[in-house]
Amino acid sequence: MNFVIPDFAPAIPEIVLLILTSLLLVADSIWEKRFQFATYYVTQAILIIVGILILTSFATEQTITFNGSFVRDSFGDILKIFVVFISILVFLFSKEYLMQKNFFRGEYFTLGLYGVLGMFVMISAYNFITMYLGLEIMSLALYAMIAMRKDHRESLEAAMKYFVLGALATGMLLYGFSMVYGATGTMQFDTMAAVIEAGNADKTVLVFGLVFVIIGLAFKLGAVPFHMWVPDVYHGAPTAVTLFLGTAPKLAAFAMLYRILVEALPGLVADWQVFLVMLSILSLTVGSIAAIVQENLKRMLAYSGIGHIGFILLGVIAANPDGYSAAMFYTIVYVVTGVAGFGMIVALARVGNEFDKIADFKGLNARNPWLALMFVFVMFSMAGIPPFIGFYAKILVIEEVVKAGFTWLAVFAVITAVISTYYYLKVIKAMYFDDPEDESKLEAVSYQLHLAVSFVAILLLVFGILPSSIIELTYNSL
Amino acid sequence: MFGFSILTTLIWLPMLAGMLILFIGRDRATLAKWLSLLTTIVTFYISLSLWIDFDTTVSTMQFEEKVAWIPQFNIYYHLGVDGLSMPLVLLTTFTQILVIASAWDVIKERVEQYMGAFLIMGGVMVGVFAALDSILFYVFWELLLIPMFIVIGKWGGVDRVYATMKFFLYTFFGSVFMLVAFLYMYSQSGSFSILHFQDMPIGMTAQIFIFLAFLIAFAVKVPMFPVHTWLPDAHVQAPTAGSVVLAAIMLKMGGYGFVRFSLPITPDASMSLDWLVIALSLIAIFYIGIVALVQTDMKKLVAYSSISHMGFVTLGMFLIYDIVQNTGSAQGAALGMEGAMIQMISHGFISGGMFLMIGVLYDRMHTRDISAYGGVVNKMPWFGMFAVLFAMANAGLPGTSGFVGEFMVILAAFKANVWYGIIASTTLIIGAAYTLWMVKRVFFGEVANENVEKLEDLNKREFVIMATLAIAVLVVGLYPAPIIEIMHTSVANLLIQATTSKL
Repeated sequence: MNFVIPDFAPAIPEIVLLILTSLLLVADSIWEKRFQFATYYVTQAILIIVGILILTSFATEQTITFNGSFVRDSFGDILKIFVVFISILVFLFSKEYLMQKNFFRGEYFTLGLYGVLGMFVMISAYNFITMYLGLEIMSLALYAMIAMRKDHRESLEAAMKYFVLGALATGMLLYGFSMVYGATGTMQFDTMAAVIEAGNADKTVLVFGLVFVIIGLAFKLGAVPFHMWVPDVYHGAPTAVTLFLGTAPKLAAFAMLYRILVEALPGLVADWQVFLVMLSILSLTVGSIAAIVQENLKRMLAYSGIGHIGFILLGVIAANPDGYSAAMFYTIVYVVTGVAGFGMIVALARVGNEFDKIADFKGLNARNPWLALMFVFVMFSMAGIPPFIGFYAKILVIEEVVKAGFTWLAVFAVITAVISTYYYLKVIKAMYFDDPEDESKLEAVSYQLHLAVSFVAILLLVFGILPSSIIELTYNSL
Repeated sequence: MFGFSILTTLIWLPMLAGMLILFIGRDRATLAKWLSLLTTIVTFYISLSLWIDFDTTVSTMQFEEKVAWIPQFNIYYHLGVDGLSMPLVLLTTFTQILVIASAWDVIKERVEQYMGAFLIMGGVMVGVFAALDSILFYVFWELLLIPMFIVIGKWGGVDRVYATMKFFLYTFFGSVFMLVAFLYMYSQSGSFSILHFQDMPIGMTAQIFIFLAFLIAFAVKVPMFPVHTWLPDAHVQAPTAGSVVLAAIMLKMGGYGFVRFSLPITPDASMSLDWLVIALSLIAIFYIGIVALVQTDMKKLVAYSSISHMGFVTLGMFLIYDIVQNTGSAQGAALGMEGAMIQMISHGFISGGMFLMIGVLYDRMHTRDISAYGGVVNKMPWFGMFAVLFAMANAGLPGTSGFVGEFMVILAAFKANVWYGIIASTTLIIGAAYTLWMVKRVFFGEVANENVEKLEDLNKREFVIMATLAIAVLVVGLYPAPIIEIMHTSVANLLIQATTSKL
């Protein structure tokens, strides 16, 4: 047996991230008492370094390394850049939140970095084992982050729920993986696709495995009917963690969906299309209707996120490169909007008031007109009303669905979009039309957060007026 | 007259000014008001050059601007006006001045947000009429809902939240189908250009679905029976200026949609389904007129009268197929179509006048209940004069603008089918009944109570607003030829498009 040294170059961002994070973990335990914020600043520095590393070595073509278990391509790089961008924002919000809630600890940030590493591995995974590894690295970090606030029962409950259901989902996924492996005799995505293409795999076993794989994916994405954990976990987790949980992992989950269904199992497109149509319809329905009755903004955003997943699936259903690009564009837009949405809650949260109920937002226009306007941007972008970028996200996926011949599905999707507009309007109504219970001025926790929220919200408008650069980016990557 | 991109200026000048006022106008109400008024006057002045430089001999788009916007999807920032949209652009910029002026002393709370919202609306409405790319059109169309939603919800009456939610969701629901139709046509043709849509062949089944999608979107906006119920609610709750914008301009977008999209893009479906639109229009004219008769709230009465009058717009537009079939020529069809277009302009002036009139009373008495008034003319003679003029115009008195459009459409209706003509003519009775009865109860008779006793006549600001509109109503009524001339070539072209099969 001869041993070939694999090409490390494509994985340098991951390797650097791993080494620096591990060093930080050690350093943190040493300086924890003396320099309170050192870990936070180093974390941000690490993310910036990794981001620059990716940007400077941006992949223009696909490279596969580590014996076909790791891939570097522009699709993955774009997603990774957004993971880094989102994570920088998330940690910025987290710092203030953790201080407010008095559980600022260095491990939070190192765990977050390991989560980012997990996402990177998921995005770049090119066989089932690597995919599973990435998923577990990410999930374990997230479980621990949710449970960090030890004095808060709801957080612990959320962590428990997420852990148990996450384990169940992973079990399903692994079972599906083993089935597909059994049928094709390979773990690697491109050879798997080739074997299925050649007709050398038992279709029954394959489809049987596919069902489990899709269930696992649906769990991770939070698609109906595997969505039960989403509202509870989003609600129970500390808002800063919800912010993390509800954004960056969606990018990784989308990459997982794409790599497995499109790169590994394109031969089963007719089969997974049917499943995705069902998941999508159910997600759109539940996402638009169940959110209406929510009083808690975090829960409402959780349900609205389920609806957004339905839209993302629409793009994948179209089953052509433009459709995948539209879905990717939607995912990125949704995630960025989500940062502003949950970020607003973090920015307004106070000691003793999580500021996560819709009623808390009553009269925000009187108390802080600027932040109210920013939140209007976020809500209308989520609702898909022009001129915000959420509108283009919606029309691109709907356009692909129409082009693929599913016009009825497009009509269904836009009707759910109208229904879901109602609850976004409810938030705006609370901010603008209701009288505040407390007339006092209300500022963001810190000026940094004020700027961060405004920055993201204005991005939604600017790219809503001039969306072509981001569209170009996603459409060239596939 | 001006060398620069006029349409872009008309869209962006008010929008940018509106945003500026949002930021600098806080706690500086006077500055916000003057800046808004100045912006609307400058905008109107610039828009006049559209009229002056307009070439009435061609039906093609004029003042065109075309810049790539989202090149990956062939989406362009493409603007232009023809004889159908240019008068509506002018109507918009003209109404904007009155709208800003009407709110002068009335709005006390968050003046800068109010003025900013109306300025942004002004730019967006011009955008709707000038857009030649369907996605650009849709963006403006939807964007308009946001400021209107906030205006009704924040400065409206007691049930404002219910009304504004209903307004937003109704119109949004209608327009998403239009969006799917656009996307479908894009998937067939690879272009989002409205002009391209007008030229491309479309099969009958697809045409019918597209036509129905458009119908839902535009019928909600017009609004047509039976999707009109949001309008009385929105009107009653909206502040005066909001009602004026709604009635004078936003309703026209529905009518404009029919002539820009439905008729030229789906001519065969329009022909086979014209009975549907005609039936709904006649129901609006007759039934909604009767509904207006029993209203006790003045704003609600005018709102229902708006729906009834907009019935003439849709009727005039869809009569063309019957007329062409009966007479074999497009001559009579042009009469109906031009009547519909004139009716849109005229209704803009009259409904604007009516709502401003109610606003004047409401500012003084804080009630819109007809029974709370009586004998107002004794205390407000000048106001009484204008009110009676607008009421007469609303009832379609010859010499006012209300007569021209309705008369043309009724004439065309008789050419199409005698029964259409007879039903449409009933409006001359019903319309006169509900308007004049309201005038009688509010303005004439003895002074009803001590509140009316204390009323003061129009101040200078109100007088100027009323006089401007009154002149507009009379000019269009006595000498409509210039407007007809602007439209004539474009209407002729529209009739060719609408009667040429695309199968």
